[in-house]
Amino acid sequence: MDNCLDFNAPHSMGTTIVGVTYNGGVVLGADSRTSTGVYVANRASDKITQLTDNVYVCRSGSAADSQIVSDYVRYFLHQHTIQLGQPATVKVTANLVRLLSYNNKNFLETGLIVGGWDKYEGGQIYGVPLGGTIVQQPFAIGGSGSSYLYGFFDQAWKEGMTKDEAEELVRKAVSLAIARDGASGGVVRTVIINSEGVTRNFYPGDQLPLWHEELEPHFSLLDILSSPTPSPMDI
Amino acid sequence: MATVAESERTLYPYVTGSSVVALKYKDGILMAADMGGSYGSTLRYKSIERLKPVGKHTLLGASGEISDFQEILRYLDELILYDNMWDDGNSLGPKEVHSYLTRVMYNRRNKFNPLWNSLVLGGVKNGQKYLGMVNMIGINFEDNHVATGLGNHLARPILRDEWNENLTFEEGVKLLEKCMRVLLYRDRSAVNKIQISKITEEDCTVFPPFSLKTYWDFSAFKNPTAGAPGSW
Repeated sequence: MDNCLDFNAPHSMGTTIVGVTYNGGVVLGADSRTSTGVYVANRASDKITQLTDNVYVCRSGSAADSQIVSDYVRYFLHQHTIQLGQPATVKVTANLVRLLSYNNKNFLETGLIVGGWDKYEGGQIYGVPLGGTIVQQPFAIGGSGSSYLYGFFDQAWKEGMTKDEAEELVRKAVSLAIARDGASGGVVRTVIINSEGVTRNFYPGDQLPLWHEELEPHFSLLDILSSPTPSPMDI
Repeated sequence: MATVAESERTLYPYVTGSSVVALKYKDGILMAADMGGSYGSTLRYKSIERLKPVGKHTLLGASGEISDFQEILRYLDELILYDNMWDDGNSLGPKEVHSYLTRVMYNRRNKFNPLWNSLVLGGVKNGQKYLGMVNMIGINFEDNHVATGLGNHLARPILRDEWNENLTFEEGVKLLEKCMRVLLYRDRSAVNKIQISKITEEDCTVFPPFSLKTYWDFSAFKNPTAGAPGSW
């Protein structure tokens, strides 16, 4: 009863976000659900936001806070790129995100994963959780759905994966989290960043594997009822 | 002395079921609910049956705290047992079960120890179709279509628009599936494993669980930020 439709509740992206490095770049992944209390305000949101050509950020927590932080970072980075005369590095981008998160820690409620590729250090992932800590990691997970992925990554993560292995790991992980976290859902979006550029992918529910206690989807119960069950003496 | 009583009040629910949606159709009542039991925001249990037949003439669907629903089923079991023991050829119909449950729910509410559920009761007796609802504070009513929880906001407008008195079984099922699909998209605690059940004068069937196909194939979904980087 308490958790009813409260349209004035802040838009929060319950969320599952993931970032993984592989030999040649990074793969970022996220779900697509934005909720206002129990209501799903947007079932197809895009939580992987571009900061510059070669660096993207996965957003979680308050939708408003994460959007404003990425907007500011994009603005500062644009000026920095002009001054520098070449693409910004992932490290500089991540540090900018950190500065905003840290210096406004009393006002912001957003956890971010910065991922990208530059010519100096190759693919890198930086986690910037609540409070503004910055930590470089071979892979990072965030958002409410990430609670369900710690065990999964402890077991499934390997150094030196190929691009396809990394993308499959990300897709599987987000899909597993969506199965158990009410605040995550919708489609799985992935972004692959390497020396060749950026590739966006989109995986709706029917293209993801089925997990425990999940059933094959149908158009209607009537289709199931009308398909004949084989009787014992049928050949 | 008061502290002992304090610990026996339900303060908040733990394992909860989400919406139940039901409607009257030509031959009786159709009811639908998903099989999820959420533990806060975790979708912990995915095979909880929230639609149960009661006696010969009634179908009960519950949302809210699952342990309280299980307790209610125990109370109803006893009620039906005593009714059968009279062996007088009469049996409790949906109206009577609804009345009993309303009293139980309201009296618990008055003691500040509610059964944290919203219940949907449907059935047919002597050709008369009945569909009603009672919730944890004792509010109860009957109508041609009812829903609990978010279903009130998302499913009932669809039912108001598309329900009519002469729905066939197939039309009723399709209408319920439309409502359940919207709930799947827009309710955080919905789980894609649904049970539909029907009750008519002759019998009561709870169909086996199934999943619904969902639609994501809109071009706007594929690249929502194409025109406005940083938006959602």
